[in-house]
Amino acid sequence: MRRYLTFLGDCFRLSLVGDWRYHAWMTALTGVALGGLYAYCHQLVHGLVTTGMTDQVSWGMYIANFTYLVGLAAAAAMLVIPVYVYRNLHLHDVVIFGELLAVSVILMCLLFVTVDLGRPDRFHHLLLRFNFPMSMLTWDVIALNGYLLLNLHICGYLIYCAYCGRKPTRAFYIPFVFVAIAWAVSIHTVTAFLYVGLGGRPFWNSAIIAPRFLASAFAAGPAFIILTLQVVRHFTRHKVSNNALFTLRRIVQVALLINVFLLLCEVFTEFYADTRHVASAQYLFLGLHGHHALVPWIWTAVAMNLVATTLFMLPASRALNTLNVACVLTIVAIWIEKGMGLIIPAFVPSPLGEIVEYQPTLHETLICLGIWAFGLLVYTILVRVSVPVLAGDVTYARRRSTHPRADAAGPAAHGAAALNNAPTP
Amino acid sequence: MPGDDSHPAPGGTPDGGVPVSRRGFLAQGAAATAGLAALAAAMSPLRHLKDGDLPSAEEFLQKHYHEMTPADKERALNRIREQVRRRHGVTPTVSDPPPMDGVEFVYGLNISRCIGCRKCVHACVAENNLSRAPEIQYIRVLEMEKGSIDVESANHHYDSDQVPRPDKWYMPVQCHQCADPPCVKVCPVGATWQEPDGITVIDYDWCIGCRYCEAACPYWARRFNFAEPTIPPGQLNPHIAYLSNRPRQKGVMEKCTFCLHRTRVGRLPACVEVCPTGSRKFGNVLDPNSEVHFILKHKRVFVLKADVGTLPRFFYYFDERGSRYHEPIAPGPESGPLPEGA
Ligand code: SF4
Ligand code: SF4
Repeated sequence: MRRYLTFLGDCFRLSLVGDWRYHAWMTALTGVALGGLYAYCHQLVHGLVTTGMTDQVSWGMYIANFTYLVGLAAAAAMLVIPVYVYRNLHLHDVVIFGELLAVSVILMCLLFVTVDLGRPDRFHHLLLRFNFPMSMLTWDVIALNGYLLLNLHICGYLIYCAYCGRKPTRAFYIPFVFVAIAWAVSIHTVTAFLYVGLGGRPFWNSAIIAPRFLASAFAAGPAFIILTLQVVRHFTRHKVSNNALFTLRRIVQVALLINVFLLLCEVFTEFYADTRHVASAQYLFLGLHGHHALVPWIWTAVAMNLVATTLFMLPASRALNTLNVACVLTIVAIWIEKGMGLIIPAFVPSPLGEIVEYQPTLHETLICLGIWAFGLLVYTILVRVSVPVLAGDVTYARRRSTHPRADAAGPAAHGAAALNNAPTP
Repeated sequence: MPGDDSHPAPGGTPDGGVPVSRRGFLAQGAAATAGLAALAAAMSPLRHLKDGDLPSAEEFLQKHYHEMTPADKERALNRIREQVRRRHGVTPTVSDPPPMDGVEFVYGLNISRCIGCRKCVHACVAENNLSRAPEIQYIRVLEMEKGSIDVESANHHYDSDQVPRPDKWYMPVQCHQCADPPCVKVCPVGATWQEPDGITVIDYDWCIGCRYCEAACPYWARRFNFAEPTIPPGQLNPHIAYLSNRPRQKGVMEKCTFCLHRTRVGRLPACVEVCPTGSRKFGNVLDPNSEVHFILKHKRVFVLKADVGTLPRFFYYFDERGSRYHEPIAPGPESGPLPEGA
């Protein structure tokens, strides 16, 4: 127990130390996050009128970002599968970054859902009267929190073992890894079912949404990790081989192809049959009765998707620069497609045929940015802490020998000061 | 993340081994203070919270409607009476009329008669204490093109001073009180449910404002309080009920309740009462002598969007006079003369 407290204390201290770039980055993120908090406090006082949502378009940016991030969160599983199932050892030393990413992204998801609530003060009603299994939202609550706990356990356990300088017991984490893989698929599926299950929204009420959702997540997630790993290896001593990156590239390749194929299937069904159900898709791709707020967005996404797919297919993407461009394109394209492109059109036109367009407000945008900044902040701290611990630079034994008395977690300023000595060999 | 232990980073100094300096300590103190100040500034909008914005301990602890004992309910009704008195300056009668045995309400709308005057819309607003700003209305009257029942070609914003317009027909839409309501199914906290008399209600004190039900409803019948609802002084209807027209709060969902505070004590919904053309019919479908029973049995009846399969208790019908598909029908309370022969 005491050792665990020391561990937490050390992690806390580690997170406060870094060079000026680390501090600048963290300060900037904190600033943006606080900006989001400011806007959210406004929203709390005045209600959701501070957003661009209406009775016609009753979900907006919050749920759009939420949907996209659920996809990203499964990236962890994408890394884990080759390592544990196919024993592809290139990826072994990077799995933990995927899992840490999952933890921070799920936190963001939970925040996005919370800011979307009209009455966050009644959150406890979920615990008191849980409409399970009828409501898909309750399934999602379970899926997301379960995934959060699983990943927290897996990476927390591995990091703590490294801190204690002992070898992790396989029985304590391998079963969880396999559960987490299945669970990762479930968080997508359940989130897709959230929308698919609504018979009154023809745009969502299609079986292809869940598979498309999986395909795009399998593309955006690993693409995000490819970029993250390069940042990690640039700024820390952690070794990440190019082979690991190229294994990920293969995953993205396949996922992107499937994604584009499914998109084609959907577009064909909607537009060739040209039934009344096409209205939302028409609004998204072509505009409806003179309203076309989403048209430039979706075509940007389609173009980016196609360019990214081509780049990933070409041998040119074996060069890191090209690969990075392709990754950025993929991430942005899927953010548009799986965020705004999936949520907003379902509400336009409304079930009574009314066309009301959605325009996010400044407040809403600030809150979204704030949550993104918070997520990045958490991720940076997690990576910052885990790299030296996993490398064996910060261990319990080492700490006892250099600082025999200071191992109870102290208050912030103390902790930070003490740390300056801690990792000294 | 350079700076970790002794790894020298370009442009940065390694932290390892530097003893705690007084200056460093002060700097950390300053950083912590600045951080706290920024946090306080970020949370500063909260000072505009009014008394009523935060739930009182009693509201916070209030149980779900289904779990309240009679004493709990009594307390909740008293609290509501107090709150309304404080905020609106009138002492209301607060009730919680139970559903009646052997009653299932249905609603019929005669589209051959409706002229689209929107009187029902405004009667509903007044009766149910709907917010005037931002404007909330439960009933939406669609001006339909001749030859189409497709709502997408409907006009929502026609001028009701100029009705009925030639070559148009009018189709009011409100909550259809579905027998298989998707809105109830999706609510994560069970804040909305179907009562034994067929009315789907919301416990405004339980709703968490996720708006999932609003996305699920195929008839666009639910309304969300995006801001604090307002009712001008003197315009509050003081006869209120827990599950229907009591004043709502910011951040919760609401919807048509077939005026259950009236209909459960034998009166008609406000929209039925006000309609100048008699297009609106309401009653107990289980009563074989009721008008709605007669209409359902003998008239041409359809439901909107039958394809979504939610089994509405709200139907549309039309008069057969002049229709090629007539058949002899018994004279009913409103059907007038017998249709002419073939
Ligand atoms: S019309 Fe909409 S709100 Fe009314 S019961 Fe049906 S689904 Fe629910
Ligand atoms: S908005 Fe309220 S009533 Fe509707 S689903 Fe959410 S909690 Fe239930």
